Amino acid sequence: MLNAVLAGFVLAFAAPQVARHLPRQAGTIAALLPAGIFVWLLNQAEMALGPGVVERWPWSPLPGVTLSFHLDGLSLLMALIISGVGALILIYAGAYMQGQAQAGRLYALLLAFMASMLGLVLADNLIALFIFWELTSITSFLLIGWHYQEERSRAAALQALIVTGGGGLALLAGLVLIGLVSGTWEIAGLAAQAGTLQDSGLYLPILLLLWLGAASKSAQFPFHFWLPGAMVAPTPVSAYLHSATMVKAGVYLLARLSPALGGTQEWSLLFMVTGLVTLLLGGWLSLKQDDMKRMLAYSTVSSLGLLVTLLGLGTKLAAEAAALYLLAHALFKGALFMVAGAIDHASGTRDLRRLRGLAGALPTGALAAGLAGLSMAGIPLLAGFAAKEFIYEAALFSGGSVWLLTLLLLAGNVAFVVVAQQMTLRIFSGASLRFEHFHAPGVGLWAGPLVLGALGLALGLLPEVTATLAGAAARAIYGAPVTIHLFVLPDSVTPMLLLSALTIVAGILLYRRRTKLEPWLNWLDQGARLGPENAFRRLVGGLPRFAERVTDMQQNGRLRSYVMWVVGAWLLLLALTWLLRGGPGVPSDLLARLADLRFHELVLVVVILAGLASVMQANTLLTLIVSLGVVGFGTAIVFILFGAPDLAMTQFSIETLGVILFVLVLYRLPGMVRLSPRRTVLRDSVVTGLAGAVVTLMILVITDVPLVSPLKTWFADASEPLGHGHNVVNVILVDFRGFDTMGEITVLGIAAIGIFALLKLRPGRGGESKAGDGEGRT
Amino acid sequence: MEVALAIVIGALYAAGLYMMLRRSMVKLIAGLVLLGYASNLLIFVVSRLTRASPPLVPEGAHSVAEPFADPVPQALILTAIVIGFGLQAFALVLVRRAFQAVNSDDLDQVTASDRPDLQA
Repeated sequence: MLNAVLAGFVLAFAAPQVARHLPRQAGTIAALLPAGIFVWLLNQAEMALGPGVVERWPWSPLPGVTLSFHLDGLSLLMALIISGVGALILIYAGAYMQGQAQAGRLYALLLAFMASMLGLVLADNLIALFIFWELTSITSFLLIGWHYQEERSRAAALQALIVTGGGGLALLAGLVLIGLVSGTWEIAGLAAQAGTLQDSGLYLPILLLLWLGAASKSAQFPFHFWLPGAMVAPTPVSAYLHSATMVKAGVYLLARLSPALGGTQEWSLLFMVTGLVTLLLGGWLSLKQDDMKRMLAYSTVSSLGLLVTLLGLGTKLAAEAAALYLLAHALFKGALFMVAGAIDHASGTRDLRRLRGLAGALPTGALAAGLAGLSMAGIPLLAGFAAKEFIYEAALFSGGSVWLLTLLLLAGNVAFVVVAQQMTLRIFSGASLRFEHFHAPGVGLWAGPLVLGALGLALGLLPEVTATLAGAAARAIYGAPVTIHLFVLPDSVTPMLLLSALTIVAGILLYRRRTKLEPWLNWLDQGARLGPENAFRRLVGGLPRFAERVTDMQQNGRLRSYVMWVVGAWLLLLALTWLLRGGPGVPSDLLARLADLRFHELVLVVVILAGLASVMQANTLLTLIVSLGVVGFGTAIVFILFGAPDLAMTQFSIETLGVILFVLVLYRLPGMVRLSPRRTVLRDSVVTGLAGAVVTLMILVITDVPLVSPLKTWFADASEPLGHGHNVVNVILVDFRGFDTMGEITVLGIAAIGIFALLKLRPGRGGESKAGDGEGRT
Repeated sequence: MEVALAIVIGALYAAGLYMMLRRSMVKLIAGLVLLGYASNLLIFVVSRLTRASPPLVPEGAHSVAEPFADPVPQALILTAIVIGFGLQAFALVLVRRAFQAVNSDDLDQVTASDRPDLQA
């Protein structure tokens, strides 16, 4: 299975080369891979339907992260759809992109997507599943943004990426929680942990995170809006990713995890409500569309809602219905999308109002669309019929509010019947229209929809095959053995059959009267303006503005605001830590420690503090400089008193130099002006006062514990024998840490160069700079 | 003395930060200088004070006899003092040039490099 997945990625790189050398056959050549995988899957079917095929590859040293694959009934059904539809789509894309320069890129992306999607449905490890999940989001992004020169495409691609990618993040969190709670990262082992998972306090968070992931990926309300937007992609992409496969990923995920997480009230409520709202909203919105692709997209949204509803219901019948519908939908919706693309290709329009009577010009298309449409409408003999029967049966035997559920499902299904008629009767029947540049599409564009349409019929006529395939998938969804009994034609009149008939009749009536519906639909459209898509736009548009505002607040170019942020954040974090974890209190023996203060030291302290007060109060430059000097010389005396004559000497000389420098450089500056308002002064005093108090406290706490410094004695012992010097401090500076002192000298040298540049290189007159001046201006 | 100096250092930090929060460029430099003093004293104090002799090896001896002051922080502070002076000198000249350019001591007048939109 690893080979099947990897082959897609590897061949994706080769596809552009193939397209360059064999532009006409490239699509068909690329289709060989999915076709081969399809055949291989059929070969494995017996094993998959029985015990299942498992593959495990060590991948990462992290515990729980293995690259494991598991092919069971559900995976087989999905993988067959992915590879089978994939092969047809690549052939179709070959014809669709005929003569376009970048066709190779499309094949490459489609192959890469197919590989990701295969990986997603085959993966048995939660983390591996997530990685393939994200890969499908990324390939989908690249494919939606196919016409990257157009802003509309880029916006739609980004929207889809943000919605599905954001959901993906939630999903990751959910999967990790599942792994942590259940203790297993292999999906096959999760069902056995169902009790642990459902009794855990994290069950609801897991469910909600899962909902975010699945609903965003499968275009459920309120995330449904990205799917119609994604219709800007070329039609092969829409048919493949956005109807048959990728949007089913969320549904697949729910189906896959329902044995482990499903069956609870929360599960049913969450997914049935989401599904039903989506079913009805999508159905309603699909009636309103004039663009074939958008109509099909909304109809797909609706279908996905139906699947989610069934998975939420979670009964055995619902699982059977979901599996049957999954299969039937992939066939008829893929076919209808491809028909829409072929018509677009032939006539240059997808507008339903401008298409009529195409049956004469496109008989093959009419046949394909007819087969798919009949299946979609749920007409007997086709795959869609059986699915619809089971949906109604599941609703009638759901045991809850049977009539409400049945009614809502009926309403959703009626919309499907209408869409099916739009895609068949409306565009193919009637008097034919003349198009300026009409050219009948070749066999490449019809092969796909015809095969899919015919498969819909074949599955309807071969109930055993359908029952085996769907039954195996339903077993994986339901978590217990399931046998589906299917008939070509029902042999007795059941409530389900009556409901099916009612659906079709209502659908036909609604289709006939569709013009009368316009005002209602328009009214709903007004409501859509306030919908989630608008909220999304506001969010995405508002984010940069918010960032700008935050940046303006934090990075306003004022040093003092930066200092304030740094000091404030430091104090805040410190206070938080102190509150949450506790911290050292004020040492108790302060008075005793203070007692050793001698008189001359007290005088010194008073002098320094007085100098400091004078610095703060200074209103002329001279006062400021002199007061700074007092503090500096005071520091030097501290050094003298406590055995550091070298420091004192340095401090004295530098203090003297500093005062001279201050006076020389700044004597021309005006006096001190009070610039800040009183409130700012007060705020700054409080914050800096607190910072100072914290430093004092810190020193008191540090000096309260004994110090062990082996360095002190080491340097004292080593400096004479090793450094041949008697002043230990000097020996450290020029010998033991000689390179440090080199660095220090370098820094001073650079500062001197900078000072020279600032003083000597001046801007010339009239704003012009002298030669070499650019360096000095800062 | 450690307790008294702890208070002095706290006051130096508070005053240094306070001065850095002023709009005046000169006060900003004064704040930097004060922070320099504060940091040097901080290192000095947390490595414990001894009223004893400096770390000098007497003539003829091979080691310093206890008690003596710890030479390691002294070496660090010596470097710091000199670097601090370099910084102070550079900052002073920079302020002078800034003053020549905008003819004001007010930092709010010096916005051109951060906000190109306000230039001109």
